[in-house]
Amino acid sequence: MATFKRKGKNEIQAISTASLPDIVFMLLFFFMVSTTMRETTLMVRTQLPEATEVSKLEKKSLVSYIYIGPPTKQFQALFGTEPRIQLNDSFKTLDDIRDFIASEREAMKEEDKPLLTTSLKIDKDTRMGIVTDVKQELRKASALKIVYAARKAE
Amino acid sequence: MARKVPEVNASSTADIAFLLLIFFLISTTMNVDTGLTRMLPPMPEKDQKQDDVEVKRRNIFTVLINKSDRLLVRGEPMDVQMLKEKTKEFIMNPNNDPNLSEIEEKEIPMIGRYRVSKGVVSLQNDRGTSYEMYMKVQNELVAAYNELREELSTSVFGKPYQKLSKEEKDAISKAIPLRISEAEPKNVGGK
Repeated sequence: MATFKRKGKNEIQAISTASLPDIVFMLLFFFMVSTTMRETTLMVRTQLPEATEVSKLEKKSLVSYIYIGPPTKQFQALFGTEPRIQLNDSFKTLDDIRDFIASEREAMKEEDKPLLTTSLKIDKDTRMGIVTDVKQELRKASALKIVYAARKAE
Repeated sequence: MARKVPEVNASSTADIAFLLLIFFLISTTMNVDTGLTRMLPPMPEKDQKQDDVEVKRRNIFTVLINKSDRLLVRGEPMDVQMLKEKTKEFIMNPNNDPNLSEIEEKEIPMIGRYRVSKGVVSLQNDRGTSYEMYMKVQNELVAAYNELREELSTSVFGKPYQKLSKEEKDAISKAIPLRISEAEPKNVGGK
């Protein structure tokens, strides 16, 4: 008579997790190639306006950024809520723009210097007064190529 | 008999990879920068006389935005939605209306004779205008030009503007030159 033999204890085989690192590494590489490092910490709120006719910025190395907007929460006690200009990592005034453009130019290669583009990231609730002032300063610094940063509206 | 190599425990590689992954997730951004590209006019020389380039009145399409974000187009109040159509009509001037822009017949390579407009869009804003409104108006004006270029491109070359070669694009931009000028800032309505 046939008897059913029990094979020891009914143990469940451990699931092999050997491929888990591979999967995570794949994700890691995807993020490494498709993202860019955060360059500056934003100290102003920049909610960009929407536009339909936007074009992509091609060469990021030719672009320098000017942020204008009301300071974020943690700076409001110090700087108030009026829109301010941020260059690199700190609040600046209108007079600093020319120095900023000059130093950005200095950092570029000789043949790229005429291609310097300034991207204006401006909060949509900002009044045009400060924007006009900034534009006048840029004209004085002869940084004439500008981009009004905007989100693509569908 | 070959000796068995003891298996290395690799269960922590996943943890290490996760740590790296999370680091990249928080320290990088993915956004693509988009925006409206514009050239500012160069600053006039100090000793240079302010001789305004004579542009006939009919060739100027003035757009004013006041501090409460209202539009005044050629002396008439207007809604933003209407702006694109009006701009296109002004530039093309299909019926040779003496009030709209002057048209000049020009020989353009690859297109042939084309009625090139002499019209200039002049945008002026107040210090109190909101940036959002300003961008909306800019966008509409650019959209008007882009649509005209798109129409010409499909009628002459039979394909959309984006797919044209460099020379064809140059020909189109000669036929429909983008002329949006911003007047010297004025301070009317205060801050």
